[in-house]
Amino acid sequence: MNDLKVNRRRFLQGSGGLLLGTLLFTSGPIALLAPGQSWALEMSTLSSDLGSKLLLLIRRIYPHDSMEDAVYAFSVKALDTRAATDPSVVPLLNQGFAQLDQLAGKSWASLDESHQVELLEKIQHSDFFILVRSVSVTSLYSNELAYTHFGYEGASFAKGGYLMRGFNDLKWLPAPPADASPAAMS
Amino acid sequence: MTTYSYDDQSVVVVIGSGAGGGTLANELCQKGIPVVLLEAGKRQSTATFINDEWPSFEQLSWGDTRTTSGTWQIAQDFPNLPAWICKTVGGTTTHWAGASLRFQEHEFRARQTYGEVKDAALLDWPLTLAELEPFYARAEEKMGVTRTNNIPGLPGNNNFKVMYNGAMKLGYKECSTGHMAINSRARDGRAQCMQLGFCFQGCKMGAKWSTLYTEIPAAEATGKLELRAEAHAVRIEHDAKGRATAVVYADASGQLHRQQARLVAVAGNAIETPRLLLNSASTLFPHGLGNGAGNVGKHYMRHTTGSVFAEFKEPVHFYRGNIMAGLIGDEARFDPARGFVGGYEMETISLGPSFMAAFLKPGAWGRGFASVMDNYANLAGMWLVGEDMPRETNQVSISASVKDRFGIPVANVHYDDHPNDIAMREHAYKQGTALYEAVGALKTHRVPPYPSTHNMGTCRMSLKEADGVCNKHGQSHEVPNLFISDGSQFTTSAAENPTLTIVSLAIRQAEYIAQSLKTNAA
Repeated sequence: MNDLKVNRRRFLQGSGGLLLGTLLFTSGPIALLAPGQSWALEMSTLSSDLGSKLLLLIRRIYPHDSMEDAVYAFSVKALDTRAATDPSVVPLLNQGFAQLDQLAGKSWASLDESHQVELLEKIQHSDFFILVRSVSVTSLYSNELAYTHFGYEGASFAKGGYLMRGFNDLKWLPAPPADASPAAMS
Repeated sequence: MTTYSYDDQSVVVVIGSGAGGGTLANELCQKGIPVVLLEAGKRQSTATFINDEWPSFEQLSWGDTRTTSGTWQIAQDFPNLPAWICKTVGGTTTHWAGASLRFQEHEFRARQTYGEVKDAALLDWPLTLAELEPFYARAEEKMGVTRTNNIPGLPGNNNFKVMYNGAMKLGYKECSTGHMAINSRARDGRAQCMQLGFCFQGCKMGAKWSTLYTEIPAAEATGKLELRAEAHAVRIEHDAKGRATAVVYADASGQLHRQQARLVAVAGNAIETPRLLLNSASTLFPHGLGNGAGNVGKHYMRHTTGSVFAEFKEPVHFYRGNIMAGLIGDEARFDPARGFVGGYEMETISLGPSFMAAFLKPGAWGRGFASVMDNYANLAGMWLVGEDMPRETNQVSISASVKDRFGIPVANVHYDDHPNDIAMREHAYKQGTALYEAVGALKTHRVPPYPSTHNMGTCRMSLKEADGVCNKHGQSHEVPNLFISDGSQFTTSAAENPTLTIVSLAIRQAEYIAQSLKTNAA
């Protein structure tokens, strides 16, 4: 049993990395959900370095200033999952970041935001960028933390839907007449 | 549970269990006719439906590869997902939003009403509204459509409040929560709508009509139905006289089976239906089964669609409650003074953050895109859906190079917007934008079409054999015991959501088939 544990740990060190972070907004809606202020994401294939570069890149692609890194980490995880089954992913990511560094003349990550984005615009039709963008768009906005961030209440069946929970609570416009919008109960 | 043997030649084989196939199967079973219902997808239930957009999409959607071509934006944005339809027992009735509108009288005679439209293959239906009315009434009763049969309308949600107030400012007269096949009160053993906001994800209340938990169990209760799920039809066979004799299908493991048949009805939605006929080509039917006139797959229609989303200063929470919470019918009229023929409906729509991000502006990124998402809770939205022009070149064909996992050529969907479609979409975008601006929108967004949920016309009804694929009963012009039982039959697309008409045609077709079996006319 112990041997197996040790081997598994070695395997993880050899093949993957760990992404660590802390919550930026200790009183935000996500902090209220979180058990603590720090978070960690274990990756199976990507290195810690590649993971943190990706996290920054995805922040630039979908910039939500007040959204926690912990949410962006879902997209890093989605790319890690993709990389685990598709061996072309890691080389593509490495090449993409190398190209960005080359265009920057130094580390792309060390540029300020506007210059980072300028270079991203130049490579936005590359396979590298399209892969990161397309995996991110379906993962970044599709998890409980993102739902909380954007004020979306998510799954409603277990809570009895919205009939008694504000489906028609808008007050800044007059309510339509009953012939257009009848009462829910009679 | 009823089972039929593979060599039972007395059964009607229905392919597809959605609005057309599921309804037809039940109507036939109610008349005592033995039916084998083949469905490519798995059987889910209200218990297994998922209140989460992408996981539900994975569960219900037709994700098998298709290819696209043409100048429509879908070919660029979603090259392998031309249609957003379902592969599951109940078909796209698990996903539809419930809008149940009758076609208008003049829409059955579009060619006569609109006149000659250049580069369009308009044709009048071989059927009138008067002929279909009794079946519309039966469909509405069956489906529990609100504002018919003394069923109250649904209560409007926040998204509808915004639409309604804007509609009044623009002077529209026909704005309400509409005719919906969603229970506003408990009915027919199904619950009242609790405004879950997940109509597209399979209604977990079962309040929205779906063949999955209405027609199919009703048919099973007769003892006449055998439903075979995960049974993907690959070919229809025929005898030397050109009569359909059997359907070959692949089961979940890919093993092929041959089910003999007295009669075959195809209801695989307007992409799979022509694909199946084209893939059933033989020496007798070299261009595909029932395709002597060369019309199978042609005249593909998908409605002229688009959405307008608007950002407001105050919250809307438009995801709460019905997706199509209400509609405006004023623009559905025929009025060529607007610069186009045909009309369109304006219907509320809402998407969760997952789908909003994917569909708002496919491919977009950066601060502009992100700022709309940041305003998610303050968004209102509407879908614009109108009649598109049938064109010979808008076509479902079979791919020369891409095959599915059974080795069968996949469907390619080619579509070019007609100038009339473009003019209508432009008008609809302007009206939708004006509506939201009239109630204080800070910003509005024109959203391009989603992958098509309304797929029609690829085996169209026609009076003359040369103009279409089937007659006014959906019966193949060439193969008398082959029927088209889905939206593929539509001669033109009309402005209205197609499901109610598909169900009405299926009820009518069942009567015709039952009669034909008695008299050996099919």
